[in-house]
Amino acid sequence: MKKVIRPLVPILTLLFLYAPILILAFYSFTDATQIGSIRGFTLKNYVTLFTTEELRDMIVGTLLLALGSAILATILGTLGAIGSFYSRKRTASAITTVNQIPVINADVVTGFSICILLVVVFGISKDTYIPLIIGHVTLSAPFVYLSVVPKLKQMDSSLYEAALDLGATPRVALFRVIIPQILSGVISGFSLAVTLSLDDYFIATYTKPATFDTISTYVVNATKGSQTSIKTALWALSTVIFLIVILIVLGMNLKGRKDGKEGAR
Amino acid sequence: MKFSRKTLGIPYALFLLLFVVIPLIVLFYYAFTNGQGQFTLKNLIGFFTDPNTLGTLFYSLLIAICTTLVCLLIAYPVAYILATSKLKKKAVIIMLFVMPMWINFSLRITALKEILTLIEGNLAYHPFLNSVIGMTYDFLPFMILPIYNTIAKLDPFLIEAARDLGADERKAFLHVTLPLSVPGIVSGISMVFLPAMTNYVVLDMLYNSTYIMGSLIGSYFSAYNWHGGSMIALVLLGIICVFTLLMGGQNEEDARTGGAVL
Repeated sequence: MKKVIRPLVPILTLLFLYAPILILAFYSFTDATQIGSIRGFTLKNYVTLFTTEELRDMIVGTLLLALGSAILATILGTLGAIGSFYSRKRTASAITTVNQIPVINADVVTGFSICILLVVVFGISKDTYIPLIIGHVTLSAPFVYLSVVPKLKQMDSSLYEAALDLGATPRVALFRVIIPQILSGVISGFSLAVTLSLDDYFIATYTKPATFDTISTYVVNATKGSQTSIKTALWALSTVIFLIVILIVLGMNLKGRKDGKEGAR
Repeated sequence: MKFSRKTLGIPYALFLLLFVVIPLIVLFYYAFTNGQGQFTLKNLIGFFTDPNTLGTLFYSLLIAICTTLVCLLIAYPVAYILATSKLKKKAVIIMLFVMPMWINFSLRITALKEILTLIEGNLAYHPFLNSVIGMTYDFLPFMILPIYNTIAKLDPFLIEAARDLGADERKAFLHVTLPLSVPGIVSGISMVFLPAMTNYVVLDMLYNSTYIMGSLIGSYFSAYNWHGGSMIALVLLGIICVFTLLMGGQNEEDARTGGAVL
């Protein structure tokens, strides 16, 4: 009895997590306008997804925003982590504490407060995209900082001194010694920054130009509307994203396995 | 200026000051002033005397508590079973639980909404239930991951020692595994509770028109009422501070970053 129940709990939970996505994926290949009623199979949702200008702009815009803000966040967060790591204790702990605020804070509050400062107090127009980009960098840079700091702690501190003794300038030592040592933390920070930006709704809502939409804000508005061709095209979008996620995960696993084998040799 | 490693931190320190600290100060200023820039306690008193806003606070807490409990009741057994199982490819299985977090949440809620509509016919009949299901669907991985990590790191000899000393399986669990997995539970709770109080989009998308704290900020924002919105944001900040202190300053980044590192 116990042997049956034990694996059942995780399996049912996975079913709960995946069933909606998989069912929606199935229906995205049909001409159904709601789940449960199929008349025939078609790719028209995918055609709509890739040919409607509005949808294409929204997807490209979301990706550009995610990449742009993640690059900025990675540079700022990484340099911030290195700087604070080598600063006096008090400076470092002050930076770490403030860094923690956007991490713990609700995204609604972060988005709203940045909107008030930049748009209401400074009068910067949302159409400049500046509030939006700053908002997303504020959201993700703290996470870059948090993924780089542990790598700095693990690093052998004498490496940097050795480089200086061997005649490297501090700048060269930074790029040739420190950065390669912490690279894995920088990369995971960057990918985290990309995912946070892609998944964000609240900060975008409070800081984006009225004519610009991210996937999140677009989907939320579309569910309130009644345009069924857009609604079912979003099912196709969800399926495409799901497939991309699967491919990335598979790719990472294969690469991990290869690295592991090479390491074992 | 001479190049040194310390100076590299200056841009980020300034960034944090300008876009994290100052916005909070501005928030305070707006919460305690009126449209003419005069100091007022009206927003603060208004929040705590208006039955509508108090009702919203209560409803948010109710949704957050229910969501957290449901997540915990599902996540703990899942995490425990996975962490203690003898399966070989555990990393792959954990990955399966993390993967949904990488699909845009609004698309996942759309998928859930279609299924719930099919099952219930009309979402309007069970707004509270649907909201809790939606939030659970959205946040469950954030609860599973930290609990799994904590239990997986436990020394198996501790359980063995307990068993050798005469504890049965139930006792060993209650007196060894459960107390030692509290840090994971705490960090899971802090990952789920606060978003559940504020993520009003889940409610909107599932046709629950009752307000939670986040929706109040949203509605003040739409009405350009910065003073009222700031007060709500401030109340939320207060709740977040109290909550974080209660949780012993547990780091929520463990779970969020854990998802990417995996």
